[in-house]
Amino acid sequence: MKLVAVTACPTGIAHSAMAAESLEVAARAAGHDIEVEIQGAAGGPGLSPASIAEADAVIFAVDAGVRDRERFAGLPAVEVRTRRAIDRPGEVVEQAVHAAASAPAGLRVPATAPMQWAAPVGASKPEQLRIWLMTGVSYMLPFVVAGGILIALGFSIGGATRVTAVKDFPVIADVLSSKLQLGALLFMIGKTAFSMMVPILAGYIAFGMVDRPGIAPGVVAGLIATQLNAGFLGGIVGGVVAGLVVMALMRVRVRGPLAKMMTVIVYPVVGTLVTGALLILVVGHPIASAQSGLTNWLTSLQGSNAVLLGIIVGAMMAFDMGGPVNKAAYAFGLASLQSGNYAVMAAVMIAGMTPPLGLALATLLRPARFTEAERESGKAAWLLGLSFITEGAIPFAAADPLRVIPSLMTGSAVAGALSMAFDAQLRAPHGGIFVVGLIHGKFGYLVAGVAGTAVTAACVLALKTFHRPTVDITEASVPAPVAGVLTNA
Amino acid sequence: MTVALDSLVTTELVALDLPATDCRSTIEALADKLVAAGRLTDRAGFVAAVLAREEETGGTGMESGIAIPHAKHAGVTEPSVVVGRIAGGVDFGAEDAPADLVFLIAAPAGADDVHVTVLSTLARRLVHESFRTALRQAPDPEAIVTTIRGEIA
Repeated sequence: MKLVAVTACPTGIAHSAMAAESLEVAARAAGHDIEVEIQGAAGGPGLSPASIAEADAVIFAVDAGVRDRERFAGLPAVEVRTRRAIDRPGEVVEQAVHAAASAPAGLRVPATAPMQWAAPVGASKPEQLRIWLMTGVSYMLPFVVAGGILIALGFSIGGATRVTAVKDFPVIADVLSSKLQLGALLFMIGKTAFSMMVPILAGYIAFGMVDRPGIAPGVVAGLIATQLNAGFLGGIVGGVVAGLVVMALMRVRVRGPLAKMMTVIVYPVVGTLVTGALLILVVGHPIASAQSGLTNWLTSLQGSNAVLLGIIVGAMMAFDMGGPVNKAAYAFGLASLQSGNYAVMAAVMIAGMTPPLGLALATLLRPARFTEAERESGKAAWLLGLSFITEGAIPFAAADPLRVIPSLMTGSAVAGALSMAFDAQLRAPHGGIFVVGLIHGKFGYLVAGVAGTAVTAACVLALKTFHRPTVDITEASVPAPVAGVLTNA
Repeated sequence: MTVALDSLVTTELVALDLPATDCRSTIEALADKLVAAGRLTDRAGFVAAVLAREEETGGTGMESGIAIPHAKHAGVTEPSVVVGRIAGGVDFGAEDAPADLVFLIAAPAGADDVHVTVLSTLARRLVHESFRTALRQAPDPEAIVTTIRGEIA
């Protein structure tokens, strides 16, 4: 069997070299080929792409971050601390051989490798933040795709307005005999996946910042953000706060048995408590008052210029996709619907469809402007957009909010304005393309959707082209030892 | 390479029969050797840096009974390895494995590649049982130095 390994330690003098030697000796003793790359001060030449391509598995024996981890995408991986590779190299090699033989997908290096350690030393603050956000997004993505597609399927099978009304869990007989119940089942599962989206985003942003101790405070912060109706922007804030709180706790240096207690008790308990309290006490009230303030403001606009109203609700729909601003716009559309004004609901829905659609179009037109994960989720975004699942845009927005959110808002404002100008009407609160039969003024509505999608894509591409990030993450030159020391082997 | 190696380990930098105390006292005793050899100007700062590193990693002790406390520090004037042997051993963080062979690695803040490579080569060789045994059985500092030079050269 052919193995490759990367060893790394913060000073890059001793442990990485010892781990390399130990692994080489042990692998050869067991009859395997091995090639080791030492990352650090004494690092020789790196592994060649050919060696990596031929390898059956990769061993990371590291106390610091692995530089350019994405080179190993798809390989079964074993990750340990250098100490374990030095003390028990035989066992580590055996683990790698076992992983090569039977690696479930979870043990492989993901294509969008967790980038939580790849921040170059001396990276600017915004760059670092972007890397943390991308870590969170890469873990959130499967939840968005699973939830979005299941909800869309549920809509298409059971009818968008009907499946959402089903409250009880269906039983097998229902599902087999009734399309509505089958659709409802898919919708319920999809909705549950969606409910984890913000907690996972927040949890893994914190993970990106401080490694494993960040997960509990981060996930709880995300759950609280959800309960506060703070949306994914609230989740980003929560995740970053959780990471900063744990970072602060890590500055407290203790020795001996107390050190274990820090990891096992202090980080989770104090980290979660402080993060949660900050969110509830500091962020909670402003969010709630912002939402009610926006709702009142929208209500006061009722009856004013229709196109202006379309611009406003359109931009609001795309601002935070599930956060307070979006919720206020949606609630306004719903209230209008219930009072017999069907135009606002139409504008709200089309403005909620163009963000994923515009991004899907952008990834198709200029794939090079997006990460590989984004290009893949761009494909799912078509379906999500058509189904009025605005959340399909969140992974893009969360990874690069300053460029993506304004673009989405512009496109949605255009879509909302045109929908209002054509006086399109919608008599259902959701469903996207699946409630096409309930739309009046279909041609105008189509124009609004296409225009909004095109504007969104054009803005995203323009901003991503002219304001490109200065540091390419994959070119990170020195692994930052910020967090690695806390990972247990 | 040989030049770097000759200056790296000398008989002045070998302490056999260190008392079995604790991690800090052992590091201090080895740092004293550096000071005496004129290779360290800031003993307190260097020891603090080494101890910080020990804390960060949970100790540099290995199950094989060796420990390699190390730091890069501006107070170090010349890349050096101090070898300490302790009958009974001292806890350097490895479970149930007190370290009886301690290698204090001192690198100047701007250590060049040659020196770092030599230090890494030494670390690599420590993985091999035969090398460790030779060091454990060496009768005097001269034998230690000869063994190390022979192993790395």
